[in-house]
Amino acid sequence: MNTYLVILIGSLLVNNYVMNQFLGICPFLGVSKKFDTALGMGMAVTFVMTLSSFITWIVQHVLLIPLGLEYMQTIAFILVIAVLVQVVEMALKKLSFSLYQALGVYLPLITTNCAVLGCAISNATEGYNLLQATLSGCCAALGFTLAILLLSCIRERLELAPMPQWMKGFPGALITAGLMAVSFMGFSGLI
Amino acid sequence: MHDKKTPIGALLNGLVFENPTFVLMLGMCPTLAITTVASNGVGMGLATTFVLVCSNLFISLLRNVIPEKVRIPSFIVIIASFVTMLEMLMKAYLPDLSASLGMYIPLIVVNCIILARAEAFAFKNPVLPSVMDGLGMGLGFTIAITLLAAIRELFGSGTVFGLQVMPEAFEPIGILTLPAGGFITLGILLIVVNAVRAGIEKLIRKRKEALA
Repeated sequence: MNTYLVILIGSLLVNNYVMNQFLGICPFLGVSKKFDTALGMGMAVTFVMTLSSFITWIVQHVLLIPLGLEYMQTIAFILVIAVLVQVVEMALKKLSFSLYQALGVYLPLITTNCAVLGCAISNATEGYNLLQATLSGCCAALGFTLAILLLSCIRERLELAPMPQWMKGFPGALITAGLMAVSFMGFSGLI
Repeated sequence: MHDKKTPIGALLNGLVFENPTFVLMLGMCPTLAITTVASNGVGMGLATTFVLVCSNLFISLLRNVIPEKVRIPSFIVIIASFVTMLEMLMKAYLPDLSASLGMYIPLIVVNCIILARAEAFAFKNPVLPSVMDGLGMGLGFTIAITLLAAIRELFGSGTVFGLQVMPEAFEPIGILTLPAGGFITLGILLIVVNAVRAGIEKLIRKRKEALA
């Protein structure tokens, strides 16, 4: 039970993918201008990352390891993720059109979100079991959502702030993210 | 002012006019993650350049064969194959670098620069400009991340490429080698680059006005 708690707090806060491991920075900076879009992206990532952690674990342990194909890991994982994103997109379109409209734009972007592939690879190197791998995927994605939501709230405020011209846009967002990372360092004693 | 379609133009485009890090803001994850020491920056940059040149070459060669609808999965498979090759080569010949870059080598697959260049350039252009575009983008990326890494290493641990540069009395600013320092250094570097670019553009405009 203890390991599950460590994975939960570890991937949600202490080793937050965005603030601590630099995974998923592109969407973190790219779609964090507004709260709503950030929420959509976060939900889409959570959905795909939980599923992909589950499926890549099965691929790794049922296909790659018994057949001695571990060197194909990168190709196998990225294909699983690309196919999964496509399937999720089609399924959402048929099953729940409102959810599709909310998440649709973000889904294609997720294939190249390195947090998803990074999570699959680190699950494989950590040697988690199926439940642990899925939990770590889900919590890491929630951690991503937390970080992107926080940044989007700050950036919405910054729009109105009297900032110098040269700080507006990306430089300002980067420095804000830096200060957020400093505060996330405070969690490091939790585990 | 420059033609992207010619080989030289394509090379310069990536190096200067559309530098992937400073102008296009692509491939941010490796940019921030591995730039704690300058040698990592060079290693990562050259590794990415290798994949970028090879994938641009093959995608450009196959651009009339790949159907429009399945182009993205095809690009990803081509890129992932080269990354896997690179991973094996680095493990065999550069074990130290491979260990210090760790997970970020397989993650070159999802570096958005590579997919973006495949989609925006290599799929639409002949072989030679595509290869030069890959080379220019890759080297532009290498220069940018090496610069960032050198700054972080210089102030964060007082060395550059492992050589002691700062005097003994210098107290290293430890936070620069931590994740938070990566964001802040890149932010400040961007401000400087933007200021320099604005200055140069102003100078060129004045020159043109004086000529006219």
